[in-house]
Amino acid sequence: MTAVRLERVHKSFGENEVLRGIDLQLADHEVVCLIGASGSGKSTLLRCVNLLERLDSGRIFLGDEEITRKGVDVNDVRRRIGIVFQAFNLFPHMTVLRNVTLAPRDVLDLSRREAEERALELLGRFGLADRRDEYPDRLSGGQQQRVAIVRALAMRPELMLFDEVTSALDPELVAEVLNVIRELAEGGMTMLIATHEMGFARDIASRVCFLDGGLIVEEGAAEAIFSRPTQARTQQFLERIIEAGRL
Amino acid sequence: MASEGDRRADPEVASRRSRLLSGFRLEAEGAKGVAIALLSTVVFVAVIVVAVTQSAGWPEVKRTFFDWGDISSSFPDIAKAFVLNVKIFLVCEVFILVLALVIAVLRSLPGPVFFPLRALATIYSDLARGVPTILVIALLGFGAPALQLTGVPRSRVFWAGVGLILVYSGYVAEVYRAGIESVHPSQEAAARSLGLSRFQALRRVILPQAIRRVIPPLLNDFIGLQKDTALVGTLGVIEAFNQSQIDSNATFTYGAYLAAAALFVAITIPLARLTDWLIARDRRRRQAGALA
Repeated sequence: MTAVRLERVHKSFGENEVLRGIDLQLADHEVVCLIGASGSGKSTLLRCVNLLERLDSGRIFLGDEEITRKGVDVNDVRRRIGIVFQAFNLFPHMTVLRNVTLAPRDVLDLSRREAEERALELLGRFGLADRRDEYPDRLSGGQQQRVAIVRALAMRPELMLFDEVTSALDPELVAEVLNVIRELAEGGMTMLIATHEMGFARDIASRVCFLDGGLIVEEGAAEAIFSRPTQARTQQFLERIIEAGRL
Repeated sequence: MASEGDRRADPEVASRRSRLLSGFRLEAEGAKGVAIALLSTVVFVAVIVVAVTQSAGWPEVKRTFFDWGDISSSFPDIAKAFVLNVKIFLVCEVFILVLALVIAVLRSLPGPVFFPLRALATIYSDLARGVPTILVIALLGFGAPALQLTGVPRSRVFWAGVGLILVYSGYVAEVYRAGIESVHPSQEAAARSLGLSRFQALRRVILPQAIRRVIPPLLNDFIGLQKDTALVGTLGVIEAFNQSQIDSNATFTYGAYLAAAALFVAITIPLARLTDWLIARDRRRRQAGALA
């Protein structure tokens, strides 16, 4: 079954054409990593799937349903797709528990007890149970990002989007966040992951897409992309990554 | 400037002292600093006192303004009238906080669809802040009852209150708006990405953060409102200012005004100190947050 499908997606910000016709398809339980330089359109692509950006043209399907059609209930689409941001974006005026229960209670109309049970189960699974009453600014970056992941998971999404979720973290905190994503992959979550962590992408991805200038330049199994890239631009990009010691 | 003395000072005592004096900007000056401040204040006040009491008109001013008998005899009447000022202040403030929030939210609605509402809210804010309060109160206080509308109160106090609400909502809406705009757009994106509607995101995520940030400037407008309740007196309503005018006309002295001023100050100064304290607390919290 197709989890999500993008057809000829175009998106510009003023003069700047960020996405120039993206075609992409994810099957259920597939983990696809988007790699590419900053500004290649990875984040914009994810934001389009979540309907945080409006497409200029093209279509996006979630399952069989076109979510870019007129009159679609965007709130309903968003509750089915979780997204985690580079800068965590936790709500600073709420405790960890409240951050996680807000949407289940307000959007899914769960009772407080149900929402808290669901939240505590997830917080416990990712080693955050003892942080439930802390405010976000009292947590490390890695903990904050794990809470942000839990917050998205509490909505039981069909699809998870990750937008460079380790880029704002100190190096020693990266692993704890990547391990959470790994665990989700093992659990069969369908995921679209924009990342600069090439080793991680190589490990986890069923497929890797290299984006450059708003287009998917090359796409294939992780091993193929990293070991035998066929496109010149992919080769150049990976050479620079290797030079920087990131692969 | 850190002297040798305060580097050796007990940090706990120093921080307690700086908290006490924070309203007067003496933090981190140490014992020597406090001594200098005291001395300079004494000299400054002495110069003013001498200059004033040596002036040619002082005996006359002293008789008309600073007659303790006048001040204390007029005080009970004025205090009784002042209760009305406090009532107007408290009732108006509640309506202002609500109306201003509605205006601020309308002004911050995005997209072309909401242009008329945004424009309306903008025009309202501009008018409310543009017309002198005393004119608004005169127009409503004399004009509205004259319309003799059925089912609408004719009391001047009521309409003066409406005037204060309309004027101050313009100011307070701007304060709220600044708060709303200070919340980073990524907070709204995070809320909307979880499936919250625009209204839910506003209510749960944006406004709680925005309002917390603008409590000090809101209190500042409370202080202004408390003073401006005296404008209701221009409609002939007996409140503190008008009562003091009556007393002053009876004695041909001005001590009654001082009594009224003392009453206003008794409310506004604690409010001002509370505002300072809240600002300082907010700054400390943000610094603590940054360190964590």
